[in-house]
Amino acid sequence: MSEMDNRPMLLEVDNLQTHFRTMDGVNRAVDGVSFHVRSGETLAIVGESGCGKSVTAMSILRLIPEPPGKIAGAIRFQGKDLLKASDREMRDIRGNEISMIFQEPMTSLNPVLTNGQQIGETLRLHQGMSAQQAEARAIEMLKLVGIPEPERRVREYPHQLSGGMRQRVMIAIALACNPKLLIADEPTTALDVTIQAQILDLMRDLKTSVGAAIVIITHDLGVVAEVAERVVVMYAGRKVEEARVGDLFRTPRHPYTQGLLGSVPKLGSSLTGETTRLAEIPGLVPSLKQRIPGCVFATRCPKVTELCRAVPPALQEKAPGHIAACHYAEVEGVAAA
Amino acid sequence: MSASALPPGLPPGVSIPPGLAIAKLPPDILSDVKPRRGIWGFLGRYPAIAIGGSLLFLMIFVAVFAPFLWTKDPTALAPALRTREPSAEFWFGSDMLGRDVYSRVLYGARVSLIVGFAVAFFASLIGLIIGLLSGFNRIADSIIMRVMDGMMSIPPILLAIALMALTRGSVQNVILAITVAEIPRVSRLVRGVVLSLREQPYVEAAVASGTRTWKIIFKHILPNTLAPLTVQATYICAAAMITEAILSFIGAGTPPIIPSWGNIMAEGRALWQVKPYIVFFPAVFLSITVLAVNLLGDGLRDAIDPRLAKRI
Amino acid sequence: MWAYIFRRVLATIPVMAIVALFVFSLLYLAPGDPAAVIAGDQASPEDVERIRASLGLDRPYLVRFGEWVFNILRGDLGTSIFTNLPVSHMIMQRVEPTLSLMVVTLVLSVTIAVPMGVVAAWKQGTHADRAVMAFAVLGFSVPVFVVGYVLAFVFALELDWLPVQGYTPLSEGLWPWFENLILPAIALGTVYIALIARITRATMLEVLSQDYIRTARAKGVGQRAILFLHALKNAAVPIVTVIGIGIALLIGGAVVTESVFAIPGLGRLTVDAILRRDYPVIQGVVLLFSFVYVLVNLVIDLLYTLFDPRIRY
Repeated sequence: MSEMDNRPMLLEVDNLQTHFRTMDGVNRAVDGVSFHVRSGETLAIVGESGCGKSVTAMSILRLIPEPPGKIAGAIRFQGKDLLKASDREMRDIRGNEISMIFQEPMTSLNPVLTNGQQIGETLRLHQGMSAQQAEARAIEMLKLVGIPEPERRVREYPHQLSGGMRQRVMIAIALACNPKLLIADEPTTALDVTIQAQILDLMRDLKTSVGAAIVIITHDLGVVAEVAERVVVMYAGRKVEEARVGDLFRTPRHPYTQGLLGSVPKLGSSLTGETTRLAEIPGLVPSLKQRIPGCVFATRCPKVTELCRAVPPALQEKAPGHIAACHYAEVEGVAAA
Repeated sequence: MSASALPPGLPPGVSIPPGLAIAKLPPDILSDVKPRRGIWGFLGRYPAIAIGGSLLFLMIFVAVFAPFLWTKDPTALAPALRTREPSAEFWFGSDMLGRDVYSRVLYGARVSLIVGFAVAFFASLIGLIIGLLSGFNRIADSIIMRVMDGMMSIPPILLAIALMALTRGSVQNVILAITVAEIPRVSRLVRGVVLSLREQPYVEAAVASGTRTWKIIFKHILPNTLAPLTVQATYICAAAMITEAILSFIGAGTPPIIPSWGNIMAEGRALWQVKPYIVFFPAVFLSITVLAVNLLGDGLRDAIDPRLAKRI
Repeated sequence: MWAYIFRRVLATIPVMAIVALFVFSLLYLAPGDPAAVIAGDQASPEDVERIRASLGLDRPYLVRFGEWVFNILRGDLGTSIFTNLPVSHMIMQRVEPTLSLMVVTLVLSVTIAVPMGVVAAWKQGTHADRAVMAFAVLGFSVPVFVVGYVLAFVFALELDWLPVQGYTPLSEGLWPWFENLILPAIALGTVYIALIARITRATMLEVLSQDYIRTARAKGVGQRAILFLHALKNAAVPIVTVIGIGIALLIGGAVVTESVFAIPGLGRLTVDAILRRDYPVIQGVVLLFSFVYVLVNLVIDLLYTLFDPRIRY
């Protein structure tokens, strides 16, 4: 599998660090993470809660309050470093070129503004539409995301909608300006299983019609298998593995990914998602308030050695397009060591 | 990669295989701030408590030791020495009856502090009892809360004024009038705490297992009520000192023979355009004292409410 | 909706009844003999008896209460002991200055305090925030008459920008009326501004930490629209509630402010009545202010639905 992806580069995250100052020390929520997204590509970022994946997503749009947070590294969007952009430039990008969907549809919509106002706001901001134009377009968007009776719903308030419908409104807001990149932070986690499938279908459909690249943040490997082309696995604020989705499910290199996937042999044969539920990994995510000298996964790794505890493994290409940070990955992976 | 670039303290017996890919740890971008522990750390984190506490302590000192702080008899009349500007003899000047304003202001601290503390204490105590009763007895609650609603609809200063109009002016009656006006607020606070605590599983369990009510009150309810009640008491103390000054200022408070800050200002009122210092000094003392108590209350509230304290 | 309003209005009747009962009962609850206190130390026993009779203290409590309530419902608040004029008549003459002072103070305070609180929340932890919080704690600590004297001394006596004292009726022109109210309104408004700014800041901090504010930021909404459109509307209900509750501070403060600035309003009437121990007047003023206070808060309750579409009656 050596076919080159020659779609143009859209987003390059280079050595991203997002730290927070708290009462009891500096929390290194994201600590040196790099990845990229090409135009039209779907990248999934997976990991347990607290691994830094949501913070990574928020950092891209610079939604982290500074202070107490601080972001370092580089986030190049179409070649432009967003960390060096002015507030004005960032506002022009947010909701317009890069938009975001959040995990909690019940609380992510403003309760005192109508659905139409909230969709129309981005259009008026970024496309200079009038209130009437924005409302007309909001109705179209509601229709597009599959909300029945859009003419009525546009004047209603979010509390008059169900959770799944609200997430559709969120998607309508996010896609209203035809963004180049959509960041979806756990978009289906808070929803019922049947609704989850509908929302994922909707996102896939819209992706093809709008042509946006997607970064989907999730802890649900079923979602990953369903929508992603490439996967970044994060643990304790670091990237520990990255691969195309098939490669990752077939031959996970990092012990953490193997733990996430649970029983590895079954996975090569089935990508349906039923067997890809998160497996229990014993132990706790280490505190991010102390520097970990060795491998971040050493405290929970079944294959840990003294070397792992003392020396941090670098990310290394273990197979074409497949990188992992483990001293012993070659031994566990394909025989070509 | 050379071995010298490795993290120090490599345990013995661990050797690094040649060609091992070693990650470079990213630099720290934020410096660690370790909070100071102990009493100084606490006061540093809550400067309002430190400032308010020391100012209040100073005022208590002034009130207690007023006779020894180079004061004269605050009620001694000297008609020949009327309305003197502040000078070496009269530090804060003299009033229209020739009384030394400095001495009167220092003695005035006594009235304000006594009224403030007494009202805070009695209003909290009575409010606590009413609130507990209301929180534990549904029938009492419906009657008490209707009465409290009614009382709270009367602006507290007006209620105190009405009471003072019916009684002879004395410090005790001032305390009584302000206390009555403050009781509804404390009762509501305590009732609210009791009702929310009663929902707590451990209290419900205690009720279900037949623990006596007074035992539940002393073991579970009182300890949890004390913190918000203390904060409320400091605010009541501050409000009471202001109300006392207002009552005295409009002639419905402490009798004029007792020097209180409100009285001194009331007497200086007629002359304020020409002799502003008579009003000025008691005003400054009153403001500083009330400020001290309010700061203390704010500091205590921040220290007690962990939700707010989490924000740096 | 109308049914709800009707029920809410009905629900204020028992509150008002308790206010009336309480105000009336003070005469009986006060320690000592109110008739003797009101008559004063130089009064003869005949004077005391005359006052006792005019207060109705010589008749049974319930009979007297019934009469009193019946009279109030007819608009009769009793007769002044000192002037022998009907209390309702004395009050009517004094309403305009007090109402003017209150309305000007209310408008001024809300326009100043809400933006102050919003800025403090937005700039949390900065010098601007600390300045607002320092102002708030000072506003709670410096009594209204002290603020009044300082303002009058600086802006009227020293700088001579505004009149020192007095009141001009609105019928004599807008500016003369307003000019006389500026200093009293600021003095009276200080503690009110402190209260509103503080609750605005606290509520805004709470609202600004909500998910939908993050959504708005992610949409590229500018800071001002986030604060004043997305956040403030969500913070409106608690802020408006405190604006209503805080009117008690304005009523209490007006008594003193009117004395400092020699405004011939209800506060002045109250103070004069205290000095003369004219209890029926005090009773009437207390009752009137309490009813107004209850009504204002009722209206505010009914206004909630304007700010929050989730509240439905």
